[in-house]
Amino acid sequence: MPVKGWIDVDEIFCKGCELCIYECPQHVMALDMESLTPKGYHPVTLVMEGCTGCGICAIVCPEAALTVYREAPIKTNKVVQNTTVTTT
Amino acid sequence: MAKEFLEGNFAMAEAAVRAGVEAYFGYPITPQTEILEWMSHRMPELNRAFLQAESEVAAINMVYGAACTGARVMSSSSSPGVSLMMEGLSYIAGTEVPAVLIDVVRGGPGLGNIAPSQGDYNQLVHGGGHGDYHPIVLAPASVQEAIDLTVLAFDLAEKYRNICIVMADGSIGQMMEPAELPEMRPLRTTTPDWAVNGCLNRPQRILTSILIDPTLEEIYNHKILDTWYRIQANEIRYKEYYLDDAEFVVVGFGTAGRIALTAIRNARAEGIKVGLFRPISLSPFPFPQLEELIKTTQGILVTEMNTGQMLEDVRMAVKGRVPIEFYARLGGIVPYPDEILGEIRRLVHDPKSSDGDPRRRWMQRLKDGVITLS
Amino acid sequence: MMDIPIQTEVLTVYSRPDSLSRTPSHYCPGCTHGIAHRLIAEVLDEMDIREKTIGVAPVGCAVFAYNYFDFDWVEAAHGRAPAMATGIKRVLPDRFVFTYQGDGDLASIGMSEIMHVAGRGENITVIFINNAIYGMTGGQMAPTTLPGQKTTSSPHGRDVETMGYPLHMAEVLSTMEGSGYIVRRSLHDPKNIRLAKKAIRTAFETQKRGLGFSMVELLSTCPTNWGVSVQEALTWLVEHMIPVYPLQDFKVSSALDGLKF
Repeated sequence: MPVKGWIDVDEIFCKGCELCIYECPQHVMALDMESLTPKGYHPVTLVMEGCTGCGICAIVCPEAALTVYREAPIKTNKVVQNTTVTTT
Repeated sequence: MAKEFLEGNFAMAEAAVRAGVEAYFGYPITPQTEILEWMSHRMPELNRAFLQAESEVAAINMVYGAACTGARVMSSSSSPGVSLMMEGLSYIAGTEVPAVLIDVVRGGPGLGNIAPSQGDYNQLVHGGGHGDYHPIVLAPASVQEAIDLTVLAFDLAEKYRNICIVMADGSIGQMMEPAELPEMRPLRTTTPDWAVNGCLNRPQRILTSILIDPTLEEIYNHKILDTWYRIQANEIRYKEYYLDDAEFVVVGFGTAGRIALTAIRNARAEGIKVGLFRPISLSPFPFPQLEELIKTTQGILVTEMNTGQMLEDVRMAVKGRVPIEFYARLGGIVPYPDEILGEIRRLVHDPKSSDGDPRRRWMQRLKDGVITLS
Repeated sequence: MMDIPIQTEVLTVYSRPDSLSRTPSHYCPGCTHGIAHRLIAEVLDEMDIREKTIGVAPVGCAVFAYNYFDFDWVEAAHGRAPAMATGIKRVLPDRFVFTYQGDGDLASIGMSEIMHVAGRGENITVIFINNAIYGMTGGQMAPTTLPGQKTTSSPHGRDVETMGYPLHMAEVLSTMEGSGYIVRRSLHDPKNIRLAKKAIRTAFETQKRGLGFSMVELLSTCPTNWGVSVQEALTWLVEHMIPVYPLQDFKVSSALDGLKF
């Protein structure tokens, strides 16, 4: 299954500088023009599906405003340890 | 401990060591380089920090850094080097961390010379770095006093979180006389609660002198002003000689005061009822004591090795109530007791004036050949 | 047919470092100061030395840097941070002491202090933000300003005849025997930011191992005072600054070879 990612944007930090938008390899980020942060910036947000949780946006963010999550399949060797295999 | 024949610079340095100084940062400059040199040998011997900095600018900033960690720290320099330290002293005052500085004063202004002078009075007592702050300034008149005041400097600096400067005339730094060093004190075992030393198991601390919000800066200025007034109330130091029945008073500090004492003893032998008031704390200046003293005085002679910097403080205390005369040697010249004796006689016998400028009268005497630069 | 259910887990790929405080910064949007701050915080977290670190703040845009980190800091006079850091390190040798300085602080008024910490091989780390301009005071010429570059105090462009040539601090400091790790990196894209972080980590490892003076010079942007957009600034850095200030390792102590983290 494809890797699924998502981000949290902490609005007290985001200054809408758009560095992350430019660097996002999946091009799924944009400024939310409908919303303003407490400081008066338009914060960034995910605008479509496709985030892989690669974290590049967080690497370029000058404000550490982004938390990046990724939901990924657990690697096979871990599964063998932890799961019971059901057979039919 | 027994008395030993000690050089002033060495004695002040070793006194600081005995007082528990943990770090010395300095730069060579005559006539105090012996302090740096002794520390370069002694501090590493005791596993304490020593560094010859690249300049006095760097040295005072190293002092600033170490002081922020709560360490007992000092520097030493002479007049041109102390000028370079003024920025750092302002920052130290703006951060309210303790620091000790020894200024072994030489002829100036500018590069001047390496002979003794008292020309840094205004720089240390009234000015120095930018902004509103007051260092404590202590002026020894002997090697023993230099030792005692250096030890005291660290205690006062820490008690008030203030800068404490020992202003030693070049002669005090260079002279050798019998004196006693104190016992070695143990190093401190506690850290002040404001010290920056790594936030292990506690919230972060920040020490800074920038208060970008003027409201906060005003509050800070009031805080250190209050400290200054506490210092004035508690830390005035001076010595009085032959003042019980004195009709005339000589006011002089450091080497000038010490030389005046010899002149006064000679004057007493001639039957002149004169005494010496020798300020030891130049900052805080003994205004209340002088004000009290002049109630029973017919005339004051101020003598210094500068153009009358302490004279202005004496005039401020006297407020024209008593005649003041002035006598000084400048540029690195040290007066002889006979010169002061001559001035005491003049003070006693000549017509006196409570107004006018004592400095101008002294300069006029030089022009008229009444006194000479010899 | 076997039907093995696929197990997934949620990983936090990135979260705000502990060594940063929760105070929003005053830096302009897109200013690379923030990236540098973040990388330092990440390194201190990874090395677990937050509680043993003391930062020395400069005079410049980063004068309030201490507000954005959650560990002990002191504020230095302009240019004097390396001297202050020396004072701290000499009385607390087991702490991690670093300065964070811009081009005016380090290469102009602070030239004596930076040369001598390198000369002495002082075991401190310097993070040098080179954006070829004076930011805080409104865009004047810096010692690192490029020839021909227009600033408020070189309005017709820097004329090397009267105003001299840019100073290459990493190159100069790497000639000192006391230097243990002197490199130049850039903050203009993810790849270079990753390399910058590695360099900052190596610099702190240099300090940890007592291998002498360490400095990471970071080419940075100043969109506001360069008078361009955030993206244009990044392009300008690549096209104009990197040719003048090559991204390179200038001195790496051999004891750092093979260092893995």
